[in-house]
Amino acid sequence: MNPVNYLYLSALLFTIGASGVLIRRNAIVLFMCVELMLNASNLALVTFSRMHGTLDGQIIAFFTMVVAAAEVVVGLAIIVSIFRTRHSASVDDSNLMKL
Amino acid sequence: MNSLIPLLVAAPLAGSALLLLGGRAFDRFGHWLATALAALSFGFGLALFWDMLGRDGEHRAVTEHLFSWVPVNAFQADVSFRLDQLSMTFVLLITGVGTLIHLYSVGYMAHDERRRRFFAYLNLFLAAMLLLVLADNYLLLYFGWEGVGLASYLLIGFWQHKPSAATAAKKAFIVNRVGDMGLSIAIMLMFAEFGSFAFTPVFDSAHEASEGKLTAIGLMLLLAACGKSAQVPLQSWLGDAMEGPTPVSALIHAATMVTAGVYLITRSAAIFNLAPDARTAVVVVGAVTLLFGAIVGCAKDDIKKALAGSTMSQIGYMVLAAGLGPIGYVFAIMHLVTHGFFKAGLFLGAGSVMHGMDDEVNMRHYGGLRKHMPWTFATFGLGYLAIIGFPGLSGFFSKDRIIEAAFAEGGTEGWILGLCALVGAAVTAFYMTRVMLLTFFGEKRWQPDAEGNLPHPHEAPRTMVIPMVLLAVGSVFAGALFDINDSFLKWLEPVTGHSEGNSPLSSWTVTGLTTVCMLAGLGLAYVMYGRSPVPVVPPVGSPLTRAARRDLLQDDFNHAVLVRPGSALTATLVFFDSRGLDGFVNGLAAVIGGLSGRLRRVQNGFVRSYALSMFGGTLVLVASTLLMRSV
Repeated sequence: MNPVNYLYLSALLFTIGASGVLIRRNAIVLFMCVELMLNASNLALVTFSRMHGTLDGQIIAFFTMVVAAAEVVVGLAIIVSIFRTRHSASVDDSNLMKL
Repeated sequence: MNSLIPLLVAAPLAGSALLLLGGRAFDRFGHWLATALAALSFGFGLALFWDMLGRDGEHRAVTEHLFSWVPVNAFQADVSFRLDQLSMTFVLLITGVGTLIHLYSVGYMAHDERRRRFFAYLNLFLAAMLLLVLADNYLLLYFGWEGVGLASYLLIGFWQHKPSAATAAKKAFIVNRVGDMGLSIAIMLMFAEFGSFAFTPVFDSAHEASEGKLTAIGLMLLLAACGKSAQVPLQSWLGDAMEGPTPVSALIHAATMVTAGVYLITRSAAIFNLAPDARTAVVVVGAVTLLFGAIVGCAKDDIKKALAGSTMSQIGYMVLAAGLGPIGYVFAIMHLVTHGFFKAGLFLGAGSVMHGMDDEVNMRHYGGLRKHMPWTFATFGLGYLAIIGFPGLSGFFSKDRIIEAAFAEGGTEGWILGLCALVGAAVTAFYMTRVMLLTFFGEKRWQPDAEGNLPHPHEAPRTMVIPMVLLAVGSVFAGALFDINDSFLKWLEPVTGHSEGNSPLSSWTVTGLTTVCMLAGLGLAYVMYGRSPVPVVPPVGSPLTRAARRDLLQDDFNHAVLVRPGSALTATLVFFDSRGLDGFVNGLAAVIGGLSGRLRRVQNGFVRSYALSMFGGTLVLVASTLLMRSV
């Protein structure tokens, strides 16, 4: 199978994730879309690794997963804390920092 | 013995420092301490004088090197003193008259709560003035020159609660600054030309310099002298300087500091001798000022301002004599010394009159004071006779010699100068007789004060009378003492040099003419002020009188020629600064501020719009990277 197709799939997933981040209001969904974008880039990295016959891309993909896992921990904690105080998971409701 | 020379300066300097730093602890006895230190300095001066007399004429000058001040390669500024006959004369005059005036001030300032400070400034003045006349290079002289300027400023504005005194002090300082510029430029020119500014190397190599350079140096020195000695065109400050306490007017603005210009010119004789054009300028300044000051003196009703006009005029005589070159140097200094006695005496007398008349200065409100203040009358009268050149008194000898020297200049120039000096002598007799008649003779024109009480004139306390008596003795005998056997001439000749000119008139003719002129002025004043009662309100007077009351329009002239264009220039510059430069800077700030105001609306607080801008930015970055790679 032509590896370029994986790249197409990766681009498609990334676009879905990005548009989800830009369009949806629910923080949890937003978060999932961010994960989707991360995984799309992981897929692209692994594909490149395969295409070039080196392991660099795969190693970076591991790093990304680790960072993503850490990010999930922090991010979810923030979301839960916001939900507890404001009784809403909508990101548009949290706009106290604007001028 | 020479090691005493620095102590001359150190004694009053120490007094000044003690009184200024010592604070209230010195309030009770500070004035006596200051007087004692001035007297100590005078004592050192006498000791050095005695020592100097023990050597013969050529070996009298000594130098005492204290320390190197600024030793930088070719630029060697030393603090070293040169005591020769010229500086010795000044040292004795400054410390002698200075001590007397300290003593007088003890009485005069008795009720002033800032008396300690006053005495500190007086001591500071003495130290600076001694430094000026003892310096053996122009830079140290400049230091003393500025020091006396500072002391003069502090003392003119001593009663700083009066706005007029504060303004007068500033005026004196600023006008003096113009002259000081001249002195600093002269020093720079000297250093450029001779590579030194110490007296000996400059004077020794003066003949190697071109006449143009020497003329330039001479003119700059003249400018300096004009500022310090209140000569035309920098004379305007002296009249206002009378705002200071009267002892200050006597010491600084009559006897010593204002004669510093004459000292400077005489000291720089070696330069002026080789620059005839500069000397002509000096002579013209002297002749103009001697008439200018005399005319101003005739019109003033304020006793101190009349005396200030007289001071200006008498210094005009000295500058005139100094400008005549070797014919006149000695007589300039001789007149300076006799003038120091009688003018200080006159000012102290005026102070005593003011003291008795509740600080009234308008002579039209005096009259008939001779019975109430016999000592003041007697001493003032002797000073008066001395200044008008009454035969036998000191002014007679010194002024007569100057007029003789002016005629001896020769040619048309000599006649013009001689006649100017003669007219000046007549006018001097006129205005001094006027002062005398208005103050001590005639009926009482005393004015009641705000509560309706007439003043009770009384004789001054003893501390004030003693200095007046001693100065009167000096004004009577100094001239004769100097003139007998030409003793002053022989004393000073080794320093300044002397040559007899060819006078078209014999010595006796000049003396006769001077006496006739003096009697004419005296007689005219008697007719005008002695025979008929003096109006309390001054009459309108002729245009010349009105102009003279306004100091011959000198302030109006300065205002029109210097102040107004100056403020117009400043206003223009301020306009350019506030509209041009500030406008540009403020405009830039306003533009940036406005843009930022717009830009900050982007911060709307919605996370998703931030995400969109991040996304957009990323797209732009990626697109540009791709674009760069494809190019």
